[in-house]
Amino acid sequence: MSVIVLTLIILIGSYFAGLLGSLTGLGGGVVIIPLLTLLLKVDIHYAIGASLVSVIATSSGSAAAYVKEGITNIRLGMFLEIATTAGAMVGALIAVYIPTHFIAILFGVILILSAIMSLKKKVESVNQEPSVLAEKLKLNSTYPTANGSVAYKVKNVGGGFFMMMFAGTISGLLGIGSGALKVLAMDTIMRIPFKVSTTTSNFMIGVTAAASAVVYLQRGYIDPGLSMPVAIGVLLGALSGSKILVHTSSSGWLRWVFAVVVTFLASQMIYNGFAGKI
Amino acid sequence: MNDSKKFRDTDMQAIIGWILRAGVFISMSVVFIGGVVYLYRHGQTHVDYSTFKGVPDFVGSVGGILHGIFTGRGRAIIQAGIILLIATPIIRVVFSAIGFVMEKDYLYLGITILVLLIIMASMLSGHAG
Repeated sequence: MSVIVLTLIILIGSYFAGLLGSLTGLGGGVVIIPLLTLLLKVDIHYAIGASLVSVIATSSGSAAAYVKEGITNIRLGMFLEIATTAGAMVGALIAVYIPTHFIAILFGVILILSAIMSLKKKVESVNQEPSVLAEKLKLNSTYPTANGSVAYKVKNVGGGFFMMMFAGTISGLLGIGSGALKVLAMDTIMRIPFKVSTTTSNFMIGVTAAASAVVYLQRGYIDPGLSMPVAIGVLLGALSGSKILVHTSSSGWLRWVFAVVVTFLASQMIYNGFAGKI
Repeated sequence: MNDSKKFRDTDMQAIIGWILRAGVFISMSVVFIGGVVYLYRHGQTHVDYSTFKGVPDFVGSVGGILHGIFTGRGRAIIQAGIILLIATPIIRVVFSAIGFVMEKDYLYLGITILVLLIIMASMLSGHAG
């Protein structure tokens, strides 16, 4: 395949990955990696490198807006970044020793989990139970709503921290943002309001991905010919996605479409992993 | 929480938001310029990514990338943009450290420095591996 044809295919594919990603809250990486490996037969190492680049681009781009609005809990993000960056470093280091078919299967499993997470009902629960550790770490905060700012308290700091290490490792190993796991840790374990946990997760993804990207960059996983169309495509897609999001009231059916597509891609990755084709 | 502290927290939010936005804009512009040069020079060449060989030597080191930029090689310019993109969230962490110093929040200054140390360790371990 010539460079120009490959670039155009990746650019268009990445645009839709970014568009769907920003509309459904899942990262673009979950589409980028199957697109590159299954459709374009790119080696999974290059795919991981390109995906990480797209993850950093979209995370930084969208986090900028949420941070300004004051929804993101910066202290909580900074504290949990200890866990995610350490996990990401471990993930990137052990990725070299893990056979590629195992990475493909693990990726498929995480994809299905992400699809389920994107369909989950978003209940805005506000926890008021005090926690000594959360108090000491100044994690309790407020976030803006239509009815003024709402105060919330964080619980189970240790459990959330441990889950974040796992999310970071998966992110470093697979080259995705693992936003689904981060939201699971904050939303379900630490009982943080949904709006805060998704935006804080987004805020952390950039740093988590950067921690493993510095390893992959030196290992030659990040190829400029591939990351150029992926980064540009995903960012443009995410930008149009955020524009659409403002004008539509419901993205319910879209979540379903995305969940079905992702589950299909996941089963392909798992099948190819077991068949030894990846 | 008194008023002056709250003011500084929102100040930090504005600065962090600005850094992230500027970092993405600058790095993507560089990637785009490099992409145009790369496609102009190599658009018709055939590529094969089906087996992992790492990246070409001239984009594998800082010296190679700098030399590539000055000789107008598209992929070197792209890679410089990608490095700026990866640096953006790390620079964000550095600026939050400065913000916590200004807020006299030494607990969070320590936490931020710890995150930076982990990223540095990651950088060094990648080189060794």
